[in-house]
Amino acid sequence: MKTLLVAEYRDGKLLNSTYELVAFAAQTGSESAMFLVGDNSIVPQYNGTLYLADSNKYNEFNPAVHKQLLLDVIATEKPDMVVFSHSSYGWDLAPRISLALGAAHISEVVEIDAGVPVAPVCNSKLRRQVKGNTAQTVITLQAGTFGLSDEPSGTPTIIEINTDSVAQTEFYGYEEAEASGVDLSKAEVIVSAGRGIGKPENLGIIEELAKALKGEYGASRPVIDAEWVDHSRQVGTTGQTVSPKLYVACGISGAIQHLAGMKKSEFVVAINTDKDAPIGEVADVLIVADLKQFVPALTQKLSA
Amino acid sequence: MKILVCIKQVPDMESKFKISTTGTWYDDADLAWRMNEYDEYAVEQAVQLKEQVAGSDLTVLCIGRKQVQETMKKALAMGCDRGVHIADDVAHEKDPFEIASIIAEFAKDKDFELIFTGMQSQDRGSAQVGVLIAELLGWPSISTIVDFNYADGKIDAKRELEGGIKALVRCSTPALVTCQLGLNTPRYPTLPNIMKAKRKELLTAKVAELLKVEAKQDTAKIYFPEKRGGGLVLEGDVNDLADQLIKILKEKTAVLA
Repeated sequence: MKTLLVAEYRDGKLLNSTYELVAFAAQTGSESAMFLVGDNSIVPQYNGTLYLADSNKYNEFNPAVHKQLLLDVIATEKPDMVVFSHSSYGWDLAPRISLALGAAHISEVVEIDAGVPVAPVCNSKLRRQVKGNTAQTVITLQAGTFGLSDEPSGTPTIIEINTDSVAQTEFYGYEEAEASGVDLSKAEVIVSAGRGIGKPENLGIIEELAKALKGEYGASRPVIDAEWVDHSRQVGTTGQTVSPKLYVACGISGAIQHLAGMKKSEFVVAINTDKDAPIGEVADVLIVADLKQFVPALTQKLSA
Repeated sequence: MKILVCIKQVPDMESKFKISTTGTWYDDADLAWRMNEYDEYAVEQAVQLKEQVAGSDLTVLCIGRKQVQETMKKALAMGCDRGVHIADDVAHEKDPFEIASIIAEFAKDKDFELIFTGMQSQDRGSAQVGVLIAELLGWPSISTIVDFNYADGKIDAKRELEGGIKALVRCSTPALVTCQLGLNTPRYPTLPNIMKAKRKELLTAKVAELLKVEAKQDTAKIYFPEKRGGGLVLEGDVNDLADQLIKILKEKTAVLA
């Protein structure tokens, strides 16, 4: 199989997800080439052909133009599969490519099972094997699924590419993440609240448990979006990535974006009324209980 | 200004799922249904835009069985002016390309200036449909927005990137945006608005009239992922559970030392 890997560059940096694409090609035994809109002084460590467009000229978010650059490379390379990361860049650009190619497009692939891509359904509670009916296939890979077995190495053969294509949107800068008041990445214990806490009044029991365990408290996205907890305490893809000695997930179902932010924790305890919640996949201990009863009981015993 | 917002009805993700008899989707019996969470933000943003631009007209579109009309009524109660229900009993078998083609076919000659969608659905989660609709219409699109402003035929939006960084993006209308969680605070329909929604126009269109393409992919099989080994599941009295957990934490971690 021949694959074309769509690497990502942002704000002066090559994104690490690029190497997950390389790992995917290696694990599937594919021949590969790479596409990148980036900077020729910051190229991936990769043995293969790198089709490189200059982001100073074509911008970092400019889908109509990136689409044309990529379609030109696809016309040259004729890959069987075009592979993106399932990221803000990948899920935005991939549909534009699959439509132009008339190709099957499978999102958030977590494995290739006997040649068939597998994707999660219903917040990862189910898995789906998806068969494309077209000669070419476009896929996006779930972040963190295809890890590198070796350190990245190699030097690409660079082919510079250009286009006269016209932009449809104007990207004019980045807004940095709000300065974090709390550095959760340094905490040894984190007790996090999810949607299952029900109402903001129940945050108190989470804070008290965190205090009893001499740790910090955090939260998952729904709690942040509801503005019950400040953004600086968000754990997950769009918040902080943490790896404490103990992570206690209270009423957190375990969306992939949350798991990506905490799955490197040394020991995970989940408290959830739903025995099938995806958080169970990463939990060392799953307590099936109502957190409003269990958490105060635990705090009381720890403080006794 | 004519505005379209596209919504999907999905099961509550806390539901206990079962595999359907065909083995290619979840069984739809005994599930609680609701509006796809991302779409609630799309509806709210569309309603806010309608309120901002005098004389606007807002249509909500949904594809699916008759039961999706219940979810459409919520969108009407939130402030949409009319509903268009595209009746399809097997919408779940359609791939994102077919769904987007149906919507683009519906929208193409109706002079919409803006289309709002959720950035993905909670069940299928392809994150493709919104961007595909815009591509089929030849419009610009901005996906995964967490901030939206409109003035004089121009959109100014913030896209959410990984790590909490946002990209600042502008484009001219007609355009499509896909809405990320946290974009706004979706309103709760008030009782008077729920009553009013019952009298709003709810049109029905047949999917066969709008679907002119074939699927590019099929679900071969749906199944439960294998449980990762080693995780301990504990149930019972909360006080006993707390004692058991403390014992485990003392044995397996250093945090209670």
